[in-house]
Amino acid sequence: MRNTRRRLRGTVALAAMATAAASLAGLAQLAQAQGSTAEEIAKYRQMLAEGNPAELWEAAGEELWKKPAGPKNASLEQCDLGKGPGVTKGAYAELPRYFKDANKVMDLEQRLAWCRVTLQGLTQEEATKQPFSASGKSSDIERLASYLTGESRGVKMNVQLTHPEEKRVYALGQKMFFYRGGAYDFACATCHAVDGQRIRLQDLPNLLESKGAQAAYTTWPAYRVSQGEVRTMQHRIYDCLRQQRFPEPAYGSDVITALSMFLAKNANGGTYDGPNMKR
Amino acid sequence: MTRYQSMALTAVATLALAAMATFSLSALAQDAAKPARATKSASAATTAKVTDADVRQMIESSFTSKGPATVEGVINQDGAQKACSQYPDRTRVPATIAKKVEAAELKQVKYPADSNWIGDWKEGEKIAQNGRGMQFTDPVGGVNGGNCYACHQMTKAEISFGNIGPSLYQYGKLRGNSPEVVKYTWGKIWDSNAYSACSNMPRFGHKGILTEQQIRDVMALLLDPASPVNQ
Repeated sequence: MRNTRRRLRGTVALAAMATAAASLAGLAQLAQAQGSTAEEIAKYRQMLAEGNPAELWEAAGEELWKKPAGPKNASLEQCDLGKGPGVTKGAYAELPRYFKDANKVMDLEQRLAWCRVTLQGLTQEEATKQPFSASGKSSDIERLASYLTGESRGVKMNVQLTHPEEKRVYALGQKMFFYRGGAYDFACATCHAVDGQRIRLQDLPNLLESKGAQAAYTTWPAYRVSQGEVRTMQHRIYDCLRQQRFPEPAYGSDVITALSMFLAKNANGGTYDGPNMKR
Repeated sequence: MTRYQSMALTAVATLALAAMATFSLSALAQDAAKPARATKSASAATTAKVTDADVRQMIESSFTSKGPATVEGVINQDGAQKACSQYPDRTRVPATIAKKVEAAELKQVKYPADSNWIGDWKEGEKIAQNGRGMQFTDPVGGVNGGNCYACHQMTKAEISFGNIGPSLYQYGKLRGNSPEVVKYTWGKIWDSNAYSACSNMPRFGHKGILTEQQIRDVMALLLDPASPVNQ
């Protein structure tokens, strides 16, 4: 029943996108007289608000979550995302967090891999295979992450620094945010520590202020119109580090969790609104 | 998702993308923005102490060198990178430290031995537009761009420009091309920190991002009276 509703909404989404794309061409001509690109893109997003293609990823992720798989032929439904085994509602809004069983602070995607290993019997390598879709290769992880994040839609971000490990990981993320290195001397802070900045026409959120951190953090994962895929927070940070001219971060590595912890905590109080949609 | 839906989705996404591309080209009127200064430092409600060694260990265990982007290039911070990681807001670097960084960086500037400072502004414009290079997806030893427009307004014609750096429109027209201006401009491109400690701008000559010839061409874009920057 739920899936049927989702599929229907997905079809509506397609129609809405077609209309919006056509309208956008018209909007382009008006743009000169009508203010900034950001405002126009906001209007575009508004038109599509009721029809985000990410819903198709959410529905597929829910199926993957509930379907028995792996050597143990088990579903992921008993996965503990921090609020107890099987609780998906609101779990993402409290991640990253410390997990006693793993003795580690984990973000959503590290935890997902943990559950695929422990519950389904996959190897770590199998559980983290194809974290980002590429042409012709879809990603189960992007689908599962879409479903799980969607389960926190409307929930206020509430990441706590209670356990000493949570404090330590936050502090590492903070230090990393200001760390300058590589060929271009860039830190995250080079682009994300001041209000009102842009690269070309792209607005850059100030991630040190709750307003900017909330706007950014609560809207990933997102369906990327330019890529035709849903991209996760892991991918967003991976791609930032590429543009920062840093070397390649491993999927699920500690540096990404530390930066996520720093951003998520700074975004506390913001209402989670993902999977969202972006250019 | 059915095959039909999947195809339709791709088609629509492509259409939307094409529309958006048109859109950003024709979008107009970016004010020469005056970004507000960062007012608060990180709202750090944290008591945990982490050391430089902890960060180094995290970097070593998380990253793999690939293409031109190496782990060593991130771990082995030079003096400026180390100092500026402590003072991320360059307006708040203590004056003594700023002076020290600037003096050390100025010594690193290599001026053209043949006193040939000014190249071809048309080539300079291409370099200013090009944002490629030095990412882990790029080849080693490829030709890099300067990506000036990412952060600076340069010409009237290019309306897609960023605002992290100041507007450079009419750079030469406003300053002239005296030997002092020419030398300063070369030094600023070669090593931005020589004149402004902890600048956000890459050190294009010092870090080998641009070649000497490419810097000549960017110099022409800024200083040649015929350059569109100076119209």
